[in-house]
Amino acid sequence: MAKSNKPIVWGPFAAGGTVTAFVTPVLILLTLSAALGHVPDGLTYEGMHTLASHWFGKLAIFAVITLSLWSSAHRLRSTFFDFGLRRDNLIATVVYFMAIAGGMACLVFLLCI
Amino acid sequence: MAKQVSGKPYLREVSTTQWYLRNEIYLRYIARELTCVFIGIYTVILLVGIWRLSQGQVAYEAFLQALRSPMSIVFHLVALAFSVYHSVTWFNLTPKAMPIQIGEQFVPDNVIIGAHYLGWAVVSVAIIILAGVF
Amino acid sequence: MTERSIDLDVLRYNPETDSEPYWQRYSVPHHDEWVVLDALNHVKDNIDPTLNYRWSCHMAVCGSCGMMINGKPMLACKTFMRDFENLIRVEPLAHFPIERDLVTVMDDFVSKLARVKPYLIPKQHKPVEEGEYRQTPAELNRFKQYSMCINCMLCYSACPEYALIPKFIGPAAITLAHRYNLDSRDGGRDEREEVVASGEGVWECTFVGACSEACPKHVDPAGALQQAKIASTIDWFKEHLTSWLNK
Repeated sequence: MAKSNKPIVWGPFAAGGTVTAFVTPVLILLTLSAALGHVPDGLTYEGMHTLASHWFGKLAIFAVITLSLWSSAHRLRSTFFDFGLRRDNLIATVVYFMAIAGGMACLVFLLCI
Repeated sequence: MAKQVSGKPYLREVSTTQWYLRNEIYLRYIARELTCVFIGIYTVILLVGIWRLSQGQVAYEAFLQALRSPMSIVFHLVALAFSVYHSVTWFNLTPKAMPIQIGEQFVPDNVIIGAHYLGWAVVSVAIIILAGVF
Repeated sequence: MTERSIDLDVLRYNPETDSEPYWQRYSVPHHDEWVVLDALNHVKDNIDPTLNYRWSCHMAVCGSCGMMINGKPMLACKTFMRDFENLIRVEPLAHFPIERDLVTVMDDFVSKLARVKPYLIPKQHKPVEEGEYRQTPAELNRFKQYSMCINCMLCYSACPEYALIPKFIGPAAITLAHRYNLDSRDGGRDEREEVVASGEGVWECTFVGACSEACPKHVDPAGALQQAKIASTIDWFKEHLTSWLNK
């Protein structure tokens, strides 16, 4: 029987899961701080604009958002299956499309800064 | 392939929607998988932030202001808990997926896991400092 | 002094007379040094000779006596009576059809084991006259843990994906394929990938990890499967990138 093409979705999932494991908690702490009224310097308009204006900042933002979206999408796909919703082809198409759309949107936004 | 002896084996059914309620291992697995929901929603929030950033100062500052709702704070706390659970489970499983053999022995699991926790702390502190919190 | 006793609830099924399984309760002596297998042997020898179950070594090396004990897949010879208080529920290993009483139909597992080619496939044929294969302790340790499997099938009973997706090749079979892939004498990885990297192979695994928690020999099939996923992924990208570059 043929070899599966799962690696093409699993590879980025593993990368995204690793990225999100390292950075998502601290990012949540930063935006939580903003939510509680103390906006860290880096999260002000000036701070974020400076970060996103630099090519490296754009790359970092794009990598974190896109890989996190992909990783969440892939896990969501298997979670649906685990909950008994087994229209896997349909669910896979929807979740990966959303992740790709999010990544494209991120690219467009960053290029506008 | 060997023939069955009786010709009337009995197949016990497994619920496709409730199998994970059967024991603690399965429940912990489902909790781990559900982290993707909260991390996913949070990442979309970040994406919205980048969108607002690209629209200029007024739009971005409105976004920061919108973060200050009670619902947002509650979501942040819940997302933080799930995100940390993802990190912990991910790091704890790393030595299983990527064993490192040096000579005849393997690097102990605790060393690999400890290195990841250390890296996690370093990255987190670095980001906090870069964000100008201190 | 009255002997302590404890009840065993055993799932019975006689394909010749029953349309579905039913519980039968036996009262057995509660000895601290007994294992569940001793209790079953006591039942068969003294109370009900019609009870059917597999067992052999009574020391957790043959893999015959796997069964569900209070809902957990365990070896009956390695489960001590002293760890239980009131009632012990004994059922056949989950996710396998019941043949009779505690005896399951193993055919699916056995056929999957064969499909992964669990034997050395040397890179080049080496006639006996050329001498033995040499292997350093380091090369042996690389796969040794995964060679400890006793084919007891507890991992299949623990795995929810095997329960939900019967065509899944499963933990033990893929771990055994991985054991040979890691063996320095072997060159059969590509052949095994046809099965292991297929849609029925390692990609049905979602790393629940219940298999490794159930394994009585600490083989860690979950770890082996994740390593197989990583190896297959690297292979896939190498294969597709090089074919793209060669165009």
